[in-house]
Amino acid sequence: MTTAARTTTDTGLLLPVPDTDGAPFWEFAARGELRVQACADCRTPRFPPRPCCPHCQSFDATWQQLPGSGHIWSYVVPHPPLLPAYTDLSPYNVVLVEPTGATGIRLPGNVVAAPDAPLDSVDPSCLYIGAPVTVVFAALAPGVVVPRWQLAEAKP
Amino acid sequence: MTATLKDTTAIVGIGQTPFARRLPEPEKTLACRAVLAALDDAGIPPSEVDGFASYTMEETDEVELAKAIGAGDATFFSRVGYGGGGSCATVAHLAAAITTGQATVGVAWRSRKRGSGPRPWRDTVHQLPTPAQWTRPYGLLRPADEIAMLARRYMHTFGATRDHLFLVALACRNRANQNPAAVMHGCPLTREAYMTSRWISEPLCLFDNCLETDGALACVLVAADRAPDCRRRPVYVHAAAQALPAQHHGMVNYWCDDPLRGPSWTAARQLWKAADFGPADVDVAQIYDAFTALVPLSLEGYGFCGRGEGAAFCEDGALEPGGRLPLNTSGGGLSEAYVHGFNLITEGVRQLRGTSTAQVPGAATCLVTGGEGVPTSALLLRS
Repeated sequence: MTTAARTTTDTGLLLPVPDTDGAPFWEFAARGELRVQACADCRTPRFPPRPCCPHCQSFDATWQQLPGSGHIWSYVVPHPPLLPAYTDLSPYNVVLVEPTGATGIRLPGNVVAAPDAPLDSVDPSCLYIGAPVTVVFAALAPGVVVPRWQLAEAKP
Repeated sequence: MTATLKDTTAIVGIGQTPFARRLPEPEKTLACRAVLAALDDAGIPPSEVDGFASYTMEETDEVELAKAIGAGDATFFSRVGYGGGGSCATVAHLAAAITTGQATVGVAWRSRKRGSGPRPWRDTVHQLPTPAQWTRPYGLLRPADEIAMLARRYMHTFGATRDHLFLVALACRNRANQNPAAVMHGCPLTREAYMTSRWISEPLCLFDNCLETDGALACVLVAADRAPDCRRRPVYVHAAAQALPAQHHGMVNYWCDDPLRGPSWTAARQLWKAADFGPADVDVAQIYDAFTALVPLSLEGYGFCGRGEGAAFCEDGALEPGGRLPLNTSGGGLSEAYVHGFNLITEGVRQLRGTSTAQVPGAATCLVTGGEGVPTSALLLRS
């Protein structure tokens, strides 16, 4: 092990730099599971993770598995100036997904053509607010996996 | 009788450096020049300064500033976080300190070389773990990307169009063309240029983004009873507010119940509760415009129109001279200079002195706002 966790892929894409509260999310993602923190007492899911429940103040938490489907709440298509690794992939998409099974939570991500396809693998004109999506998992580096999304159906 | 800040302090001096893409002097030097210019404007010697307030992102701290300008013994100093959300709070903190006797002469300032210096989002080594871990790995890198996400949702939900955003960019550019100090003075904007410009983060194009500017600004506050003795016409701090709404998430606010209802709603509630007048009585506004899309959101938040009506409000010349709400009359962050919104404060002062280059005739009240979408602040100024 190196003394400092790596912060980018070999090509320069940014890796998640978890904090203590967020670490379980990434550990579950590495196992191919999409889970969000939820209160162990009142059961309310919360995101981003934090030490205690804003509704009942309980410090006991569980990690609730989500079914892995959702809808696009909004999306952007970034163009340069960007970090070099992202410039090479632009224009790509970043979406905000409302996952099924946990109201009030929105997960940033990318819509890709296949689990390990690049960020620019889907034509942005195929995206629209409300589009149904399904989670996939992409390995970015040894032990580092991020959830991504695939369109669940063609645009009507 | 409840304690109040209403009209208990006044801005009596403003100062600034030139604005440019690149200035040769260091930020610290620029900060000193802006503060000394503001003190000279007020007619107050630096030795009388005993209060300081700035942004947490300001790199010239009060120690460096105080010893360079020859300030007296400081008894109040404060910093406000969240980038441009903290702009008006610097003045609010000084107003509170002076009103409660913690200081007598306060300076607020911002000096930044954003034009020639580093872009914070380019730092790949030092990332804030929250919320960066949830956004940056996906390429949501820059403030423009984060706001574009809200902008697209806003356009989808309320039927706003790029033409509405263009009207915001145009109003700012038109005012910059009346202001020789503006970076974009002499550079008119057309609808064709806007519609054919390059994208930065769709749906936001180049002209939806603020400038990248080197420059510094400052203002001087004293108690209202001393203000008439200063060199210029006093501009009173009528009301001030900070706003961190319940369940807000900092610089990226995607996880509250309604991300299109931002901190400006909270700031507005506090402002109007404290004020003797309401939105309909505001003669001119300086609305934080790091991105055009923040303006319709702020117009709704501060109560100039209903929810979802901010884009339509901008139609029919509403933001232009003689319109319902002339705004960003020096050109704002989009077309004068982007220095974390401090130029909006100084322009508010000029309007109420009657010395703006795009003067609203008889302006007696001005709203100044900090960044919408982040923990924010706002001021109501009056002459």
